[in-house]
Amino acid sequence: MKQVFKKPAALCDVPLHYCPGCTHGIVHRLVAEVIDELGIEGKTIGVAPVGCSVFAYDYFNCDMVEAAHGRAPAVATGIKRTNLDNIVFTYQGDGDLAAIGTAETVHAAARGENITIIFINNAIYGMTGGQMAPTTLPGQVTQTSPYGRNTETQGFPIRVSEMLATLDGPAYIERVAVDCVKNINMAKRAIKKAFTCQVEKKGFSLVEVVSTCPTNWGLSPEEAMNWLRENMLPYYPLGVYCDKTSK
Amino acid sequence: MAEKVLLKGNEAIAEAAILSGCRYFFGYPITPQTEISAYMAKRMPKIGGVFLQAESEISACNMVYGAAAAGARVMTSSSSPGISLKAEAISYIAGADLPAVVVNIVRAGPGLGGIQPAQSDYHQATKGLGHGDYKMIVLAPSSVQEIINLTAEAFDLADFYRMPVMIIGDGMLGQMMEPVTFELPEGRKLPEKTWATNGTGMKRPHNVVNSLYIQPNDLERIVLERNKKYQQIQETEAKAETYCMEDAEYMITAYGSTARIAKNAVDELREQGIKAGLIRPITLWPFPEETYKQYVGQVKAILSVEMSLGQMVDDVKLAVESKVPVHFYGRCGGNIPYPNEIIQKMKEIAGGIA
Repeated sequence: MKQVFKKPAALCDVPLHYCPGCTHGIVHRLVAEVIDELGIEGKTIGVAPVGCSVFAYDYFNCDMVEAAHGRAPAVATGIKRTNLDNIVFTYQGDGDLAAIGTAETVHAAARGENITIIFINNAIYGMTGGQMAPTTLPGQVTQTSPYGRNTETQGFPIRVSEMLATLDGPAYIERVAVDCVKNINMAKRAIKKAFTCQVEKKGFSLVEVVSTCPTNWGLSPEEAMNWLRENMLPYYPLGVYCDKTSK
Repeated sequence: MAEKVLLKGNEAIAEAAILSGCRYFFGYPITPQTEISAYMAKRMPKIGGVFLQAESEISACNMVYGAAAAGARVMTSSSSPGISLKAEAISYIAGADLPAVVVNIVRAGPGLGGIQPAQSDYHQATKGLGHGDYKMIVLAPSSVQEIINLTAEAFDLADFYRMPVMIIGDGMLGQMMEPVTFELPEGRKLPEKTWATNGTGMKRPHNVVNSLYIQPNDLERIVLERNKKYQQIQETEAKAETYCMEDAEYMITAYGSTARIAKNAVDELREQGIKAGLIRPITLWPFPEETYKQYVGQVKAILSVEMSLGQMVDDVKLAVESKVPVHFYGRCGGNIPYPNEIIQKMKEIAGGIA
């Protein structure tokens, strides 16, 4: 019988702990497929964050390091500098990357550190049970913005891709979504381009993946996809924000 | 014989680290240890090493965590306020069983404090800098020559036991120039770093560097296992120098640069007919308890001299189980105790006893 679908080799054969409808599984798979296609598993080191994807170190077959909350880009820098031929990526959520780890993210980008960041933006803290994130939308209800995010007292969401694209350091930044097959395919292309950018030693790459959190949004998986399209995409437009890879 | 060179304490740390095979340094500027970064910035690019000035002490120490995970000999340095920021990563380094060397050229605190010498980070260094049940080997040199030997030893200890090792000095020691030679002590036989996350090469299962164990029984098992290592270190690695202790009736105890001042006080007291001696801990953790215990029946009193409000003095009391009166004399705020102040205090103690 012809095999038409299989688990990527770069993913461990273990059950993932993610909630039903969570998009982490999709993004894990895309990253693993890219590692397989580029044939880089043996020289890739992944850095897991603190957040829902904290156990990513058990899910990827390459060497993995678990970082302190927000410090993944610094940890990745330390790993990368010991062997510039290795491929080093971080996998981080919005609280990890855009709140506690803002300094590490901005400065890794400013240094043009030749690492790849996969940034999961679902506008909420998932693991701790649904608190306001730096990317929580104005008016969005969370456990710590129970009356909706009030921009007068709780400020505005951070558009990470746009912000980092103002720096001279990064080589490639794109925002994608994983809400439909078309966008998942686009996301795969972007992730592959980001890793290729690193393989070719072109510098810092980041792919922001607009994602869902059905559990903490209080929606069914399908409703969550619709909510993403109706609310997140207008605030976080998809597209390429920086591309110096052809240089 | 190796050539003698005149070197600052801070520069000696940097050069000794390089000679010990350290090729990765991640730092952030802070007085009074900046010469270490400056030296590394100059030397590392010339020898194929990496010097990186991070955006914060937090990042610098997390870079150390990453490089250590990848199997490198790696170091960072700072001074008191910066060490507080490195505490997070040091706890993770300990929790993930990674080897790394951290230098603290202590300045007076708390808060921003001052930039003059102090020993007020003793508790922080020896009782747990970051969160969790863990230990760090803490080495306290008292001369520029000893800085060189202990820096080499620090890297070996870190690799041998897979744990963070701190070299603790103070502004005086860091800025002091002394003639030194670079004859490094013979290193230990070190285990291979089979756990390093430097790429599987598709030849082995993936390595994971981690400090998260969500099941209480798993975490307890690992913490207990690590504690066995700490007990072994306590039994085998404690070091102290004794000076004029053979017939001493009064013990002065001090570490680092304060011990050198205390030595002068011992000499002067002996000239004045008071049989004083000195114990200088070289390892602050493990604390050389056994050295103190030897003199429990012999000395009438102990005086701990520190550039703090009294921190090591607690460990001295524990070591002698309060069987000997333990006194304290200290200066703080960046002030240095003078020999005559120590002599005066010792005479008061001796007079009171006699």
